[in-house]
Amino acid sequence: MNFAGDFDLKEKQILEGHTDRVWNLAWKPASGVDGIPAVLASCSGDKTVRIWEQSPATGSFQCKAVLDETHTRTVRSCAWSPSGKLLATASFDATTAIWEHVGGDYECVSTLEGHENEVKSVSWNASGSLLATCGRDKSVWIWEVLPGNEFDCVSVLQGHTQDVKMVQWHPSMDILFSCSYDNSIKIWAEDGDNDDWHCVQTLDESNSGHTSSVWALSFNSDGDKMVTCSDDLTLKIWGADIMNMQSGDGNAPWLHLCTLSGYHDRTIFSVHWSRDGIIASGAADDAIRLFVENKDGLVDGPTYQLLLKKDKAHNMDVNSVKWSSMENGRLASASDDGTIKIWELVSLPGHDKLPL
Amino acid sequence: MTLGLINANPVVHAKKERVTRTEDLHNDVFKVFLDIRDPEHPYSLEQLSVLSEESITVDEKLGRILITFTPTIQHCSMATVIGLCLREKMKDYVPPHFKVDIKVAPGSHADEESVNKQLNDKERVAAALENPNLRQLVDECLYSNK
Repeated sequence: MNFAGDFDLKEKQILEGHTDRVWNLAWKPASGVDGIPAVLASCSGDKTVRIWEQSPATGSFQCKAVLDETHTRTVRSCAWSPSGKLLATASFDATTAIWEHVGGDYECVSTLEGHENEVKSVSWNASGSLLATCGRDKSVWIWEVLPGNEFDCVSVLQGHTQDVKMVQWHPSMDILFSCSYDNSIKIWAEDGDNDDWHCVQTLDESNSGHTSSVWALSFNSDGDKMVTCSDDLTLKIWGADIMNMQSGDGNAPWLHLCTLSGYHDRTIFSVHWSRDGIIASGAADDAIRLFVENKDGLVDGPTYQLLLKKDKAHNMDVNSVKWSSMENGRLASASDDGTIKIWELVSLPGHDKLPL
Repeated sequence: MTLGLINANPVVHAKKERVTRTEDLHNDVFKVFLDIRDPEHPYSLEQLSVLSEESITVDEKLGRILITFTPTIQHCSMATVIGLCLREKMKDYVPPHFKVDIKVAPGSHADEESVNKQLNDKERVAAALENPNLRQLVDECLYSNK
């Protein structure tokens, strides 16, 4: 897709209600389409999770539920299962809670215990059959989702030398990615013979990786590229031969494609790649930046250019940016200022109509 | 917790006489720090020369504050606690849009890099301040003089 001309990120709504910093956001899959209202989950240092639903009449989001009295410390991360039926929340209280929407209420149907202390991230695989969690105890756990809201730990992965900040499954294959305070990204795959998970690749300084904590990662829609963001003030783009990966011989290493440096001057906490190819970043300088691939420079591999920078997107650090998977150009952001904002990417008038 | 004191005999300086200067953020920040007690000793951080007025650099235009403190000894395991105290104290007194970086003075700590990294990782700081033991230690340093 080509992005020519000028764009703006237009603030549509501020969602207020959390009483502490908002850490993470998750759009509910298959919501916001076919007459099903869009739903967004947010989690916070105020120990609660909030569920926001878009009103079909007004188009504005309202808080529909506050999930409290379960987590006793910061809720750091939230993730919907692919069907949108379950919501997983990871907390500094060392547990991961599983919530189900039953009869208009969100009910905590399971609590996953095992991590020694803070759980920092939770992620569902593409089919919803596996869940991954990670935390300050330097480990990554893989849980099997069993009938009746049972969760069985199938693997505890050690390898990171410091706390693990985020886990993320590949969008189509059962390959798990983790990024850490130890500056590395690790890739975990299952050994076909004995159901054992192990680290198949480590991306660190020795292969053009980050030089400080890696906070987050995200995949493009094809799953052949990944973007990572770090305290070293850079974004890095990685690529793999997806055909090779799908053939299942496991011989598809991820390679560093390019580094986006010079754009950020404080820690980058969040990065998200939209379905239509726009990379959003949220950082400690209160700004949101959008990047797109520059199609001119393909000879030397892909390059990326800044599409726009939204200064003062929030009054404080931007902790999470998430594109809606249903509505092109709709972005949600969460901040230390306790608010969530809904944005819309618009092309400015006076320019050619763009294929957004 | 350790059984004995980590630095049993710190050098203690007299509390300085303050010359009233133009009110600015730098002075405000330093003033609020004057109340913080050392985690180990009944002295203020200023008396132990952990902090001085020179420890604080304010860039009002950019909205940035850098605090550089000097732990009393090279292997001070209390350095992170002191850093947490400074960070927690800042929260109440500095305009929210200010960005605060906290570091140990270059060469003043054996694990300088790792202490600095920890103190400037807000996720680690948030987690530490929710830990009841650390929280108690920080509160004692911040509020014991009141």
